[in-house]
Amino acid sequence: MLEEDVATSSISQDEIGHARALYEMLAELTGQDADEIAFGRAPDAYRHAALMNHARTDWAFTVARRYLYETADAVRLEALARSSYEPLAQLTAKMRREERYHLMHLDAWLRRLAANADASSRLTSALRALWTDALAIFSPVPGEEVLARGGELPERMDSLRARWLDQVSPVLADLGLPGPTPDDLAAGAEDGRTRRTDDFRWLHGEFTMVAAAERGATW
Amino acid sequence: MVAAADPREAVVWAALDEIPDPEIPAISVVELGVIGAFGFEHVAGGSERLTVDLLPTFVGCPAIDMMREQIGDRLRELDLADEVEVRLSFAIPWTSDRISPQGREKLRASGFAPPALVAMGAPSVPDGDLLSMVSVVICPYCGSRNTTLENAFGPTLCRAIYHCANCRQPFEQFKVV
Repeated sequence: MLEEDVATSSISQDEIGHARALYEMLAELTGQDADEIAFGRAPDAYRHAALMNHARTDWAFTVARRYLYETADAVRLEALARSSYEPLAQLTAKMRREERYHLMHLDAWLRRLAANADASSRLTSALRALWTDALAIFSPVPGEEVLARGGELPERMDSLRARWLDQVSPVLADLGLPGPTPDDLAAGAEDGRTRRTDDFRWLHGEFTMVAAAERGATW
Repeated sequence: MVAAADPREAVVWAALDEIPDPEIPAISVVELGVIGAFGFEHVAGGSERLTVDLLPTFVGCPAIDMMREQIGDRLRELDLADEVEVRLSFAIPWTSDRISPQGREKLRASGFAPPALVAMGAPSVPDGDLLSMVSVVICPYCGSRNTTLENAFGPTLCRAIYHCANCRQPFEQFKVV
């Protein structure tokens, strides 16, 4: 498991780097401070993937959650690399090169666990619990109409969602794993980015802990 | 920007070529290919600024701030312009194909398998072609192709861990991105 600790940390380090670059882009546009946006807000002021509303349980749950997120993120990044907002398109193109390793890694783990009876049944329960929240990654974004018209968002979220489902559904079906139910598909249409649980509040406490220890410090 | 024949350009390249990569000091930032472009420009007030575009190898590379500082400090010492600015740029994405032939040789000599050339000229590795990023890695110690990927995630973001079945050595590869 040491190797998997290294891999998970490395993937997280990539994602933190990507988040930092995106927050810096936002900070420049809005005249704010990137660290303040990332660490300085109260939990209820965040918009985040609904997938973060769950506590960590077993490894199958982690693999299921990351597989759904990485595959959805890949579809989203592919679209953003075509954004009319040049700095975003450039950054996203760079991020995609790194994200391929995440996809490869999670795809390998999904297959490995699906091949084992006990692990496969754990994956099945995890996917059933996660589908609704995974679909919320493609909830409409505020101002989507305007962004789509200007090409900043070159493809609407519902279209990205359909592409993502077309990609992952056959993979999961081949492995005997469940896709979304009609109820999941209906629930995913609402904005899940502001729905929060105590698990997210706990996570917020974890990732803001160091910044909160010494407000405004230069690290 | 001044004319391409500006003699200061060679001085800048030479100075940059002496700055080692903080994580793999065997190769310089020039050999690593992280210098996108630089130029001298006149700014308000009649002073002149030397601007360098630094291309991060990985977006989240923690060594990037150190590189930026070292490049800025070294160029300020040269006193070629009134101001020096080193800015991060993604206008040209850094890819592992940007590592120079000399850089590749130095990586190999210090026990790192250099990344295979896969993305040359292409905007990125084709979608779905994940295996092309990890295939045919030659052992830097014995030259064998009988190697296997142990972990795509190594001690830093830019390194993967391989094992050579021929000389039975684990080794690191500079990742293909």
